Amino acid sequence: MEVTVKVFRFNPEQDKKPHYETYKLQAEPTDRVLDLLEHIKGYFDGTLSFRRSCAHGICGSDGVRINGRNYLACKALVKDMHSSRITVEPMLGMKVIKDLIVDMDQFFAHFRSVLPYFINDEPAPQQERLQSPEERERFDDTTKCILCACCTTACPSFWANEEYIGPAAIVAAHRFIFDSRDRAASERLKILNDQFGVYRCHTIFNCTVACPREIEITQAIGEIKKAIVTGKLD
Amino acid sequence: MKKHQFDVVVVGAGGAGLMAALYASKTANIAVLSKLYPTRSHTGTAQGGVGAALGSDEEDHWEWHAFDTVKGSDYLGDQDAIEFMCYEAVQAVYELEHYGLPFSRTPEGRIAQRPFGGHTNNVTGKPVRRACYAADRTGHMILQTLYQQCLKNHVNFFDEFQVVDLLMVNGAAAGVVAIELATGELHTFHAKAVIFATGGHGRIWEVTSNAYAYTGDGIAVAMRRGIPMEDMEFFQFHPTGIYKLGILITEGVRGEGGVLINGNGERFMEKYAPRAKDLASRDVTSRAMYIEMKEGRGINGGRYLYLDTRPETVNKYAALDGRKRPDGSPYIVTGEEIIAKLPDIVDFARTYLGVDPVTQPMPVQPTAHYTMGGIPTNRFGEAVIDENNTVMPGLYAAGEVACVSVHGSNRLGTNSLLDLIVFGKHAGLRAAEFANGADFQQLPNDAADFATTQFDRIRNAQGTEKILDVTMGMRLVMSDGVGMFRTGDGMQAALQTVGELKERYLQIPLTDKGRIFNTDMMNIWELGNLLDMAEMITIAALARTESRGAHARDDFPERDDVNWLKHSLAWVKPNGKIELRYKPVVITKYQPKERVY
Repeated sequence: MEVTVKVFRFNPEQDKKPHYETYKLQAEPTDRVLDLLEHIKGYFDGTLSFRRSCAHGICGSDGVRINGRNYLACKALVKDMHSSRITVEPMLGMKVIKDLIVDMDQFFAHFRSVLPYFINDEPAPQQERLQSPEERERFDDTTKCILCACCTTACPSFWANEEYIGPAAIVAAHRFIFDSRDRAASERLKILNDQFGVYRCHTIFNCTVACPREIEITQAIGEIKKAIVTGKLD
Repeated sequence: MKKHQFDVVVVGAGGAGLMAALYASKTANIAVLSKLYPTRSHTGTAQGGVGAALGSDEEDHWEWHAFDTVKGSDYLGDQDAIEFMCYEAVQAVYELEHYGLPFSRTPEGRIAQRPFGGHTNNVTGKPVRRACYAADRTGHMILQTLYQQCLKNHVNFFDEFQVVDLLMVNGAAAGVVAIELATGELHTFHAKAVIFATGGHGRIWEVTSNAYAYTGDGIAVAMRRGIPMEDMEFFQFHPTGIYKLGILITEGVRGEGGVLINGNGERFMEKYAPRAKDLASRDVTSRAMYIEMKEGRGINGGRYLYLDTRPETVNKYAALDGRKRPDGSPYIVTGEEIIAKLPDIVDFARTYLGVDPVTQPMPVQPTAHYTMGGIPTNRFGEAVIDENNTVMPGLYAAGEVACVSVHGSNRLGTNSLLDLIVFGKHAGLRAAEFANGADFQQLPNDAADFATTQFDRIRNAQGTEKILDVTMGMRLVMSDGVGMFRTGDGMQAALQTVGELKERYLQIPLTDKGRIFNTDMMNIWELGNLLDMAEMITIAALARTESRGAHARDDFPERDDVNWLKHSLAWVKPNGKIELRYKPVVITKYQPKERVY
């Protein structure tokens, strides 16, 4: 089938403002949008710039906005776009460096702000710390996060104020707060109980829809709000 | 040009690089350079598990793991290093757990383990549960956990810095040259020790499970500086890649009871591996699949087979095999259990194949997967640069880029993640120890010249060749000629074509003349790396007139221990020619014998 791909273009070394370029090419319904971008770059315009690596939805490099919704370009198949017209743009709310490449610095700064690492200063046993399958299941969903930023850049609260720490950072905090082995839940809850913390979330669910790992993000945020209010982690 | 100075520079931020960073940073001032954000590294795509003889729910011993690894390597692995790795494995996995890694759990709360190809109870020969897993995203959890711990320990990261040259002074490593992708600016990193942890080069082949980033940059950079590469002829093809796309379907699917089925509806692996069956080692399984397809027993006669993990199929064959759960009850699974244990596989199959693996079999074919060869090291991660294992001061390598050699001619599943954590750790410790006792070498003023020359050539290239045409030419010819089955004639032809492709490569014009995120330029440079390695692989493979592990020759179908129980070392000489020499395999207590699964 022939598809028409309209791509957001911005080269800071040449352009005063962004514009769109349109390319027509042949595609299979099972092609990934990433395959189309590779084809455009390889045969039509080598200057087209985007990030990518694993190409199957695990590394989190190629988060973009396709036909108005966030996807990983490698997990968006042509047939799932239900249209032969495909518009590809950078994720919203972050500074565009070039074409589809956005500045991730602040995103990772927000991530780092929630103590996104295991904290337990008690002496470790010789073998593993025991954890029941039920305790492990409690935070399973949020261990899946790949830090692609599809959720945070789909969030209207983040668009409104980029100081908002955003869903991805909250997901990272959730993964540790509800881990029975971790000992720093209260510190993280304190960080999230801030004017730029969880209360900026207005349960719009855009993050949950955007997540390529199908994490129930809005629910995770709700669980943290509840923990802050009740002081309990159940 | 910007200049930096650190005691230790780690190149690459996957499992090995981060483990090295975590340990080196305890005593030395270090920096980690990665062309990707660390969490994008290819370690994250590893699925099924990390091997360690914990014996969570059945008898196991690290010595059994060592023997299985030696056997898996088709006796080309160095046995001292293998014993070291398998012994260290147990504590290394507990250490990951102490770092917070969310392993799946047994009902008793211990680290969950599943069977994997080639891992056996050495008494019965039957599969043993040795792969410690976190659902089917074990690599993701290792990568995330190590990155988190590095953040906790304030490791310095230089994200999206592409290392393009290794600096050497007086025969010792003295730093690296890198391009900052966001600005295009060159940086020199002056260091006392350099650890390469840059991963493999599976992008050389057509159908591959490897990321775009897997272009063997570390090997290419080091070999251009005269460092030999070990066992480059050995490259692993994993049995189960998604048809056409090559995306990995973990061996854990077969560990959980999935079976390979041919076009006649037969479970054919029992013909090739009577005891281990679908859990034979990867080289054996991939070749069996190839033969089935070649003899017309692919699905509908095509170039793919089915990986069937539907509960009714799993339960049927588990009953025939007499498979039991750890508590002694018969092994019976439900669809929910498959989804819970293999959620990502279910997602990949639904997304890319439109197939629900709980109700339909998955079309699969072997996929290029793992680089056994690489920068020669000893078990402490020190680069050893000749047949006498002479240590090169200041240079270290760990993970897929390195050849210790623990994988020999065929790696066992779960041993790649193990390799990363064990040898990443020791490379980090050794490099920091070395740096703390060494002075900085004086860098010459023209330190960046070699890198600059390479990029000037790319910028000034004239011609009309297309990068994708040259790339696809390489991938096709390497798959046909230097793939799972090889012949002298086929490899000669491939070598000729690779030579032509290298000429065409020089005529790829650079479209993007800018500085900021010039991915056009980086892609061309990476393709040059792949082509140089394709040539070296082919020459090393042509010379080896036997079949061993992943190197299978129709014209020399037998293993030849008399002449070929040895590692190859390949040098790029100053005139561009490749020279081969050899060094012996270290044998401790496992004498080579016939390999049957």
